[in-house]
Amino acid sequence: MAELIELVWILTKIGVILGPLILSVAYLTYAERKIIGWIQNRNGPNRVGPMGLLQPFADVFKLLFKEVILPANANRFLFLIAPLLALMPALAAWAVIPFGEGLVLADINAGLLYVLAMTSLGVYGVILAGWAANSKYSMLGAMRSAAQIVSYEIAMGFALVGVLMAAGSMNMSSIVTAQAGPIWNWFWLPLLPLFIVYWISGVAETNRAPFDVAEGESEIVAGFHVEYSGVAFAVFFLAEYANMILISGLAVILFMGGWYSPFHGLPLLGPVFDLVPGLVWFVIKVAGFLYLYLWFRATFPRYRYDQIMRLGWKVLIPVTVVWLVVLALMILAGFGPWFD
Amino acid sequence: MTAIRDFLKTFLLWELLLGLRLTGRNLFKRKVTIQYPEEKAPQSPRFRGLHALRRYPNGEERCIACKLCEAVCPALAITIESEEREDGQRRTTRYDIDLFKCIYCGFCEESCPVDSIVETRIHEYHMENRGENIITKQQLLAVGDKYEKQLAADRAADARYR
Repeated sequence: MAELIELVWILTKIGVILGPLILSVAYLTYAERKIIGWIQNRNGPNRVGPMGLLQPFADVFKLLFKEVILPANANRFLFLIAPLLALMPALAAWAVIPFGEGLVLADINAGLLYVLAMTSLGVYGVILAGWAANSKYSMLGAMRSAAQIVSYEIAMGFALVGVLMAAGSMNMSSIVTAQAGPIWNWFWLPLLPLFIVYWISGVAETNRAPFDVAEGESEIVAGFHVEYSGVAFAVFFLAEYANMILISGLAVILFMGGWYSPFHGLPLLGPVFDLVPGLVWFVIKVAGFLYLYLWFRATFPRYRYDQIMRLGWKVLIPVTVVWLVVLALMILAGFGPWFD
Repeated sequence: MTAIRDFLKTFLLWELLLGLRLTGRNLFKRKVTIQYPEEKAPQSPRFRGLHALRRYPNGEERCIACKLCEAVCPALAITIESEEREDGQRRTTRYDIDLFKCIYCGFCEESCPVDSIVETRIHEYHMENRGENIITKQQLLAVGDKYEKQLAADRAADARYR
């Protein structure tokens, strides 16, 4: 009986995390269309509901009512399971994300490793989708995406090693508590190059502009999801946006002080700003990073494929390696307010 | 020296930051979209839309079936047949314009010696059945009667340049 209650309790917690997550995915698509519209001096969607606020629901219902077309020579099983393989890790990784002090589903010690594993699994959905559809465009998209994600995972992993060294822990909550303090106490400052590398790799990992060669609509139609329609396509969409939110959430936890307010621990401002719950600070910071995603998409043209590879292997990875050495020296010297 | 500067510029993503600054500024600029059914872009009095046949103030139709418009029409969209009316004047019995053929060049209007065939400012019209793309003399006259006021005003505004 106690185990049953425990199970129901966990399922409730999962629901409490996933419900708002999926809702924020819906409104992230709305924000994306609005913000990119504003940047292009347009208004963005404003017809469905007040200020177009019901637009995401209109989009979702449209996709739900559309037919899922199976290409004639597709591998039915893999074709249908690929979107789920893309979505599942994107959602599962949220289990270890601390939204506030103690607000975490699974406070495990290897949290960061778990997140790395989950984000790496996401690429299988993309590869299988591209292969199972039996279309050359899908295949090309899948191959590009595989090579790109594998290369950027290395740079990203190195960037995260820096965080591990600085925090001395792989538990997400203790990584945040290691940054307790005002904004200059957070890890973004001593790890600035790693932070930038992490963010660039994060954008590449999620296949977003300017690294969206996996979709590359001007070259390979829509890349790995050319043949998908209806709900199956919607699931890919959901996975992509859930991953964007995840990468932004990780950036906040690892580099931007998680749930702490920017004035935490200061004599006068600190207590005032700490009145705002940590969850709110977390959400605000995540929204800031999501805005960066949209800003990038509205600004940058797509990188050419070989440029992406050059950037990943010949710029980002050397930068991280060099900075890991610098970081080790800083930790040995007990440098600044971070490593005393 | 320039080599080092170029390297630093590339390495620090300087140009990308400039791009971000530009788009960031545009985020707050005034939006230029015209919300179409509620707002409309200004129209010139010379706008060339749906055709109309005009009448004189006394109700007499202007068209004298000279067929200049039919002859000048580059798309062969106009078909005219004429007969002698009871009072001995030459008048059209048929004046059809195929709106699918018409390219809205306005030559018919320019060629007309009596300002009969004109193009109105109407551009929001549609057909629901096959064949409705060919509008007849009666329909053209009806359009002319309905919009005569604006047609006359537009011609008057443009009179200096004709």
